[in-house]
Amino acid sequence: MQWETVIGLEIHTQLATKSKIFSGASTAYGAEPNTQACIVDLGFPGVLPVLNERAVDMALKFGVAVGAEIASRSVFARKNYFYPDLPKGYQISQFELPIVGRGSLAIDLEDGSRKVIGITRAHLEEDAGKSLHEDFHGMSGIDLNRTGTPLLEIVSEPDMRSIKEAVTYARKIHQLVVYLGICDGNMQEGSFRIDANLSIRPFGQEAFGTRTELKNINSFRFMERALNFERERQIDLIEGGGKVLQETRLYDADRDETRSMRSKEEADDYRYFPDPDLLPVEIADQRLQSVKLSMPELPDQKRRRFESAYSLSPADALMLTQSRQQADFFEKVVGNGVDAKMAASWVTVELAGALNKVGLELPQSPVTAERLGGLLRRIADNTISGKLAKQVFEAMWNGEGDADQVIEAKGLKQITDSAQIETIIDKIIADNPKQVEQFRAGKEKLLGFFVGQVMKQTQGKANPGRVNRILLGKLKG
Amino acid sequence: MPLDHSDVEKIAHLARMALDESQIDAYAEDLSNILGLVEQLEAADTTDIEPMSHPLHMAQRLRFDEVTEEVRREKNQAVAPSVENGLYLVPKVIE
Amino acid sequence: MHSKSIVELGAALRAGEFSSVELTRHFIQRIERLDGDLNTLITTTPEQALVEAESADQAVKAGRAGVLTGIPIVQKDIFCTRGVKTSCGSKMLDSFISPYDATVVERLRQAGVVCLGKTNMDEFAMGSSNETSFYGPVRNPWDRERVPGGSSGGSAAAVAARLAVAATGTDTGGSIRQPAALCGVTGLKPTYGRVSRFGMIAFASSLDQAGPMTRNAEDAALLLQAMAGFDPKDSTCANEAVPDYSSTLEDSLEGLKIGLPREYFDAGLDPAVATSVEAAIEVYKRLGARVIDISLPNSGLAVPTYYVVAPAECSSNLSRFDGVRFGYRCKEPKDLEDLYKRSRGEGFGAEVKRRIMIGAYVLSAGYYDAYYLKAQKTRHLISDDFKQAFERVDVIMGPTTPTTAFGLGEKMDDPVTMYLNDIYTIATNLAGLPGISLPVEPVKGLPVGLQIIGNYFTEAKILNAAHRFQQETEWHRLKPDLSKQS
Repeated sequence: MQWETVIGLEIHTQLATKSKIFSGASTAYGAEPNTQACIVDLGFPGVLPVLNERAVDMALKFGVAVGAEIASRSVFARKNYFYPDLPKGYQISQFELPIVGRGSLAIDLEDGSRKVIGITRAHLEEDAGKSLHEDFHGMSGIDLNRTGTPLLEIVSEPDMRSIKEAVTYARKIHQLVVYLGICDGNMQEGSFRIDANLSIRPFGQEAFGTRTELKNINSFRFMERALNFERERQIDLIEGGGKVLQETRLYDADRDETRSMRSKEEADDYRYFPDPDLLPVEIADQRLQSVKLSMPELPDQKRRRFESAYSLSPADALMLTQSRQQADFFEKVVGNGVDAKMAASWVTVELAGALNKVGLELPQSPVTAERLGGLLRRIADNTISGKLAKQVFEAMWNGEGDADQVIEAKGLKQITDSAQIETIIDKIIADNPKQVEQFRAGKEKLLGFFVGQVMKQTQGKANPGRVNRILLGKLKG
Repeated sequence: MPLDHSDVEKIAHLARMALDESQIDAYAEDLSNILGLVEQLEAADTTDIEPMSHPLHMAQRLRFDEVTEEVRREKNQAVAPSVENGLYLVPKVIE
Repeated sequence: MHSKSIVELGAALRAGEFSSVELTRHFIQRIERLDGDLNTLITTTPEQALVEAESADQAVKAGRAGVLTGIPIVQKDIFCTRGVKTSCGSKMLDSFISPYDATVVERLRQAGVVCLGKTNMDEFAMGSSNETSFYGPVRNPWDRERVPGGSSGGSAAAVAARLAVAATGTDTGGSIRQPAALCGVTGLKPTYGRVSRFGMIAFASSLDQAGPMTRNAEDAALLLQAMAGFDPKDSTCANEAVPDYSSTLEDSLEGLKIGLPREYFDAGLDPAVATSVEAAIEVYKRLGARVIDISLPNSGLAVPTYYVVAPAECSSNLSRFDGVRFGYRCKEPKDLEDLYKRSRGEGFGAEVKRRIMIGAYVLSAGYYDAYYLKAQKTRHLISDDFKQAFERVDVIMGPTTPTTAFGLGEKMDDPVTMYLNDIYTIATNLAGLPGISLPVEPVKGLPVGLQIIGNYFTEAKILNAAHRFQQETEWHRLKPDLSKQS
């Protein structure tokens, strides 16, 4: 039987606010345990929540970006359950009236087509703390620093029909929230966490199969592996005459398998009800308008602009706009008055390769956009050849100054003086009569030999165009 | 709706409260009486009535995003029953 | 000295007749001598009180004294007080020393009051008799075999017994007004949102409101003045200007339209209490007020609505008491579930458990619509009753409670009968309206309260009405004879 996969995703993005969603404690990652949990986060008797303005604006930004309905009135509700990482015994979330309603996001499929994935809703909620499982004499340690970090939970429709589509969608959401500046996107630190609902059904069948929920996937690689494992598990189960149980499963990356979560065995009864400590959130038109005005250019818009404004190929434009950082870097390079295609290739190939090799991110690049632009300008004005440019780049990377300083220091300036080149060529022709004879007899491949000789004598500095033209003139002449 | 012994056990579990086995029936009776009082609401006609969860018609006020809290772990943990290395200790959490 | 009001004592302090330290010592001695079996206080803070009194005296000398400077009061033990045990009347918080101050505590301290201690109360404010306290019942100073009312029973009894000049209370379904009525003091529950709830341990967040409990309306105005106002730490606190409550106390009541809801004078009302209340209404007529019969047709829904809304909110509010970060933790929990269940099972008393269970039940899957959602709608009906009434009248008057103080233990076995004691006070909490209870003619030596309900944020109006009544009558000056009992 051919099985079709149906996937919907719930993505938890930590919003990049300075303080918690309901308190004035810091959200910075990695502090000493419980130093960033204030009495509000700890749920002390008598404390009360007050909503962070920026968290609201960030949710609105996302809503605008996915063309969603923005609720003029949304309500915070309490989700009640007992767990040590949940100090109040309830999580403040949104249930019936989320701040962001129905929207959508288009993804690019491998065959070049686009597919629109429905976004059901996105709601604000508070993150929980962490249980540390190292042993404290048979006890667990609870760190509540993460408690109250604002989350935007983005819920998709079950619109994805393959694992590839699901990963593409998740990557696109990741790209979007980072572009919007509402999430740092750091998956290792848990800023972007994916829960996936997966079910299978025979091709052609309309009704959905029973789904399982995979919790807390924290890398795209694991996502693919977890979904693959789960898909195969469900197929084996059904084909073996069994039934899929609706349950929550945890992906274990070490064993590459998913397993049922014991703590979630019993049916949850969360007893949601409107949080009486918080009032309805009303979004005035003015607030929404100012959010709209503050929207950055989105990846798809930027890509289209790069294609038209810089005459870049769709592939280059896509590559460059993968991240906002890279796109901005590219535009700064181009701002130095250099050719866009050349700049695109240098940013996405040479620079990206160099960064990748040493594991650096663009902001830490030793070669700034200005300096790279300066280098490309020297290629464009024939000061150096493209080949020597790589040498200059390397020197710049190693901190030997800007392009002009390196060219000067290393004497890499191109020889463009025709008379000087002619003198060298005359000597080479005189020294290699045999090769000249063969060339003239029709072995034109030998041109390369002559060019090579010229370059050897000039340490590569001779202008290749001129060398070719003069050589051909003399040899054929 | 009258609650019986097992209903009370279920609710007590939901609320994570241990009850003395000997008192469960008394709780069942009290809770049933309270629900009996509450069920007078059934008679009220609430067609087209909006639910009211707040006495005042105010909107949520928003707080400027800034860090205003100092680190006060020691003070906050002074009242904790069991703490080690700045962590709250609980019996082993199994996922 | 102990029978004087805030206004009188403040004047004496500023005139140098005696110092705040002397005044404070006097009250400390009274508490030591008299509070034994009254049991109005869970914690006394004499050393701290004397330090505060000394700094009050310095303020007086420096000419920086305000109207509350140096006045000894007591705080209900529901308000978090930094460095002082804050038990909320529960075993759960018997060991809880709060690391912070409630906004009310902070504001009163800034106003210069001296805090003598923390008053006894029903556990987590759940009760109408002060018998659910982990620290034992408070006795009514008028008759020690009777309850003082609840949940602010300790506060009411302390003010009645002249163990403090004034007290703070909180009112979720009548917890200021009912004990004020049963103990013969003046108790004001402000409009929801008038006073910050930050640092006040939550029972039912959409109903809880703090207010003053005093000898008279004039003192209540002064205390409320210091307590009320916007607090950025409480999202539900109203950003409404606080008027000068004292400046309108003397306003004429000529033409005041008083609504008498017929539902508040029905069969459930003790006839003797009715007679006292009606006599008080006559005083208002003499002062030029007009009495109008009104109806609050959904009054009968108030108690059942309340016993869905309040337990639902409390079941969630009290989930934080889990034995992990503060409060009671059971001995040697064998696993996580055992930690939760025994800490909560052993830490909470029976009434709190009942309400948590009712709350969990009415919110649970399959019952939410029938109970919780339904109650939210009936709450709307009740609120609309008042809205309509206030289109016709300025204030609503009636009894605070259906009877005078009942006997200790009398209603403890029957929660529903106990709940019905709050039949006249609960609706105002559901609607969020302000209400005051003030003493009228006692019945058989036991205090009776007249309740005045105002429209939203009209505390000044009901204080004015209460004050004018107290200028005409002496009921609020009656005090229990503490020597002749027990």
